[in-house]
Amino acid sequence: MFTALLIEQLLNGLQLGVMLFLMAAGLTLIFGVMGLINLAHGSLYMIGAFACATVAAATGSFWLGLIASLAAAAGVGALIEVAVIRRLYDRDHLDQVLATFALILILSEGARWLFGSFPLYLDIPKLLQGAVPLPGGGQYQLYRLAIIAVGILVAVGLYLLISKTRLGMRIRAGESDREMIGALGVDISTLYTVVFALGAALAGLAGALVGALQSVQVGMGEPVLILAFVVIVIGGIGSIKGALVGAVIVGVVDTMGRFLLPSLLALTMPAAQATTIGAALASMLIYVVMALILAFRPSGLFAAQS
Amino acid sequence: MKRETTINLLLAAVLLALPLVAAGMGEPFYVTLATRVVVLALAAVGLNLALGLGGLLSFGHAAFFGLGGYAAGILATHAFNAEPLFAGIPGTTSMPLIWLVAVLVAGLVALPIGAISLRTTGVYFIMITLAFAQMIYYFAISWPAYGGEDGLSIYVRNAFPGINTAQPLPYFLVCFAVLMAALLLFRLIEGSRFGSALQAARQNGVRLAAVGIPPFKIRLVAFMLSAMITGLAGALYADLNRFVGPSMLSWHMSGELMVLIILGGKGRLFGPVAGAMIFVSLEYVLGGITERWQFFLGLILLGIVLFARGGFLGLVSGKPRHV
Repeated sequence: MFTALLIEQLLNGLQLGVMLFLMAAGLTLIFGVMGLINLAHGSLYMIGAFACATVAAATGSFWLGLIASLAAAAGVGALIEVAVIRRLYDRDHLDQVLATFALILILSEGARWLFGSFPLYLDIPKLLQGAVPLPGGGQYQLYRLAIIAVGILVAVGLYLLISKTRLGMRIRAGESDREMIGALGVDISTLYTVVFALGAALAGLAGALVGALQSVQVGMGEPVLILAFVVIVIGGIGSIKGALVGAVIVGVVDTMGRFLLPSLLALTMPAAQATTIGAALASMLIYVVMALILAFRPSGLFAAQS
Repeated sequence: MKRETTINLLLAAVLLALPLVAAGMGEPFYVTLATRVVVLALAAVGLNLALGLGGLLSFGHAAFFGLGGYAAGILATHAFNAEPLFAGIPGTTSMPLIWLVAVLVAGLVALPIGAISLRTTGVYFIMITLAFAQMIYYFAISWPAYGGEDGLSIYVRNAFPGINTAQPLPYFLVCFAVLMAALLLFRLIEGSRFGSALQAARQNGVRLAAVGIPPFKIRLVAFMLSAMITGLAGALYADLNRFVGPSMLSWHMSGELMVLIILGGKGRLFGPVAGAMIFVSLEYVLGGITERWQFFLGLILLGIVLFARGGFLGLVSGKPRHV
């Protein structure tokens, strides 16, 4: 029984990690190429979830909702890149933080305006309902496995995109020397818009996928955003590989901490006390891990050379 | 007199005069609003020391603000329930004592946070300070002893010897005096050898190291001092609202403190004061007009960041001396 629970929690950790990777990949790409710190990334996640829930409710198809979430997040992303973000590339980080903080206020309140304060709900598509048996007894939700699969596909896709295609070559070139590729005749501002929209679409996809597991509401993006920051700081800002490794570390450590710490503490103290202390410690665990990693590698595990 | 000095004096006079007038007209609400301005300004003065003078973009100052608040809340609760805190030490409702504890706690917590965070620079520093603040935030939420998610109420505002703090105006005057003292301290630090070293560390750490002053130590001390002032503001804020909750620790709070500084003018003595005056007025006026005030506040902030660099003081009194 314990083995089955352990496997289930490990898979949950992996699923959280994969979802964080979708967020962190966009953030780290945007930071790596444009040098921009984007707090509004969580809002794009929220937009993806709202778009998916709305379209799925209107058409009855989760898959159309998924497409809508990609389109909506990429569209809004491109829009705010052109209208606001573009003006921030040559500013210092403080201005970037504040402007994107202002964008959060606008997008969150705007979403509340459009959709109201009540959470929306999104059903798991028929095809992915049900559960799979786990070794050692117990079952696991098929939908969560599907999320893990999507995450792996996206990771492979991003790898191919960045290392094998012309766009990827330009992205890499933009990371190492933006003046030079501008001088070589690449339209740098379009490239930036494309990269930003790509990151936004990944965030929107994450939001839509998670929307079916929890309620879709304003402010859902903020806890994820901060976890995604932890991920890219651990992995090394600007590195997609770092984002993947960091995301899996954060996802698994967080889930396993919440699962194991209370029972470990229960060995040394009364059960009720162990539950509260364990929960409190577990919620801090990933930050402790982050502090430890940074104490030894101040620029993350896979620091991008820049 | 320099133009900025005139404007600073003017700001202080307005901030002092408005609640006096409001109290005279029997409008205690505006006195409380002004106290909010003063306390937020104080918190931002603390941040301004790290961010403005030292160039340390801490996105985690809500941690110190909240810790100060919780220090006040926890001490007052123990005194109220007549339970010893630990090892027989009683709680207290004496403000000076609470302030001392708040300042010490903020400073002590800032030491390890600063020691780890200051090893990094740039975006890493922003995100690590944010992550530490989140760590404390989640701890406060999941630790049930002091209210957890629901926070902690302070039933009677704590006492300051010889002053009736339960009344809005005397409490405002206490906070105002603390703010003025903090501004004086800021000016003294700015003009001191330490302040010069701190500003040199912002402009060029390598050169500072080359003349034999380690930038890390200077920054760490500045970070701790900055946390202490913000912690003190947190204790005052808890007493103002007679409540302390995890929202004081949330990253929105850290963002707001940064916004105050940018609105007023980064690194300038009265920047936080001007910023807090503008921010609270905006919040109040927009909140009165529309339920969607955050939307418009966001638009205004965006406009200011994009088009009005240097904040209010940059606009009215020209370029700062220190750039």
